Amino acid sequence: MDKLKFHTLQDWEALSRRLGLSLHELVVKLEAFTSGKSEGVVKEKMLQNWLVMQQAIADGFAKEGATMGELADKEALKLKNAVSKGIVRDDRLSKVCARALAVSELNAAMGRIVAAPTAGSCGILPAVLATVGEDINSTDDEIVDALFVAAGIGIVIAERASISGAEGGCQAECGSAAAMAAGAVVYLYNGAPEQVFHGAALALKNTLGLVCDPVAGLVEVPCIKRNAILAVQALAAADLALAGVKSAIPPDEVIDAMGEIGRCMPAIYKETALGGLAATPTGIKLKERIAREKS
Amino acid sequence: MTGVFDIIGPIMVGPSSSHTAGAVNIGRVARQILNCKPYRVEFTLYGSFAQTYKGHGTDRALVAGILGMTTDDPRIKNSLAIAKNEGIYCHFKGSSEPTYHPNTVRVGLNCINEQFDVVGISIGGGRIIIKEIDKVPVNITGEYHTLICSYTERLGMVSKVSSVLAAKNINIAFMKVSRDEAREKALMVVEVDEPLHDEIIEIISRLNNILHVKYIEKIEL
Repeated sequence: MDKLKFHTLQDWEALSRRLGLSLHELVVKLEAFTSGKSEGVVKEKMLQNWLVMQQAIADGFAKEGATMGELADKEALKLKNAVSKGIVRDDRLSKVCARALAVSELNAAMGRIVAAPTAGSCGILPAVLATVGEDINSTDDEIVDALFVAAGIGIVIAERASISGAEGGCQAECGSAAAMAAGAVVYLYNGAPEQVFHGAALALKNTLGLVCDPVAGLVEVPCIKRNAILAVQALAAADLALAGVKSAIPPDEVIDAMGEIGRCMPAIYKETALGGLAATPTGIKLKERIAREKS
Repeated sequence: MTGVFDIIGPIMVGPSSSHTAGAVNIGRVARQILNCKPYRVEFTLYGSFAQTYKGHGTDRALVAGILGMTTDDPRIKNSLAIAKNEGIYCHFKGSSEPTYHPNTVRVGLNCINEQFDVVGISIGGGRIIIKEIDKVPVNITGEYHTLICSYTERLGMVSKVSSVLAAKNINIAFMKVSRDEAREKALMVVEVDEPLHDEIIEIISRLNNILHVKYIEKIEL
């Protein structure tokens, strides 16, 4: 089992090449070994996650009422309606944005989602994969393979840096989700492993230093809209990587930099709701309003 | 090493793995510690739980757990109404007293024959630790099937319980024994690899000096 483990993206690529496996095949084998389950069961479980992700997009658009803290109210639908009226262009950008909003709003309204890697960043991967998958007619199996690649990227980030807002700020949650999504898109387009990792690195680099400053401590402001706009960044990063653009800093070093920034980030910017947007005059007013209305 | 489904997953009802999914798991474990259906449950919330419980649905999540729901159950959002229909009265209060962790809850459970007080903390990603049962300190994560035996302090109790398990081919993963200051009442927490059948729990509860036996099923994350 140890011979299947990897701790850097570079190791993952080298190991897959040596064993004659693709990136996702190595992740599936590793998970089967560590969990003691068959590869079939592992793949079935990921398919289940993908089905719930798609359902979450549909549920997010269909949901009635605002989020629990009432800081977001059917924002995804607003964008969808603007597209149908021709105010906003009907393209990948508006689609991915609306879908990420839908899933994140659903999460904040106590709907059922898949943490990817966390609940606060759950909109990015479903939005990006559903939009690109639809665009290039990917099968469910191909998307499941891409999700294993996203998971592999997430595993390396979790081990070398963090995927928790409380430990590393929003760069660790939504930043990691964007990196995972960018890598997954490159994989769906049959990009080479190196391109997959550079796509992830380009997305992650652009979120370095991003703080977790949720108003009233809730997963609503800025989280919901951040999911939408970072999903767009993930697409842009994937496009660049597919075009052969590389991150000048190697992907593993970008991950380490994110970890270092997270460790040095002041605690007021790590999910404590004591700084940033949460501590603005309006942020404080919203917090007080929620406390009054909900008690 | 982190698993694939720690990264993509779990499937859960939002908005927060620590404030919602973890709260469901604390409620579920607390409910299993009580052997009968509660008619009254009192929740005391501390720290971040006290400040944000409405907005994170922590109250609904805790009650969902008491009702036996798992973290992905779409009914979590409506748990308060469901509990009311089932005749379970739930009461919430916040406390600013210092405690174990920013996400701590004390659950007071009452049913006709029993009354229990459980303190749990939510440590992130839906993971939890039960820190107290009826004021006795414990450290139960629910990551294994867990047997909790309270008994009158006597020599040889650990070996009696472990022989029953060994005879039934149940492997013990971890075991911890603690007791109250008067050295009268003791608590044995045994985490095992395989699920326990009612029969085994029955045999153990009939052993001499055993007061109560509780069994908590493993939490699937």
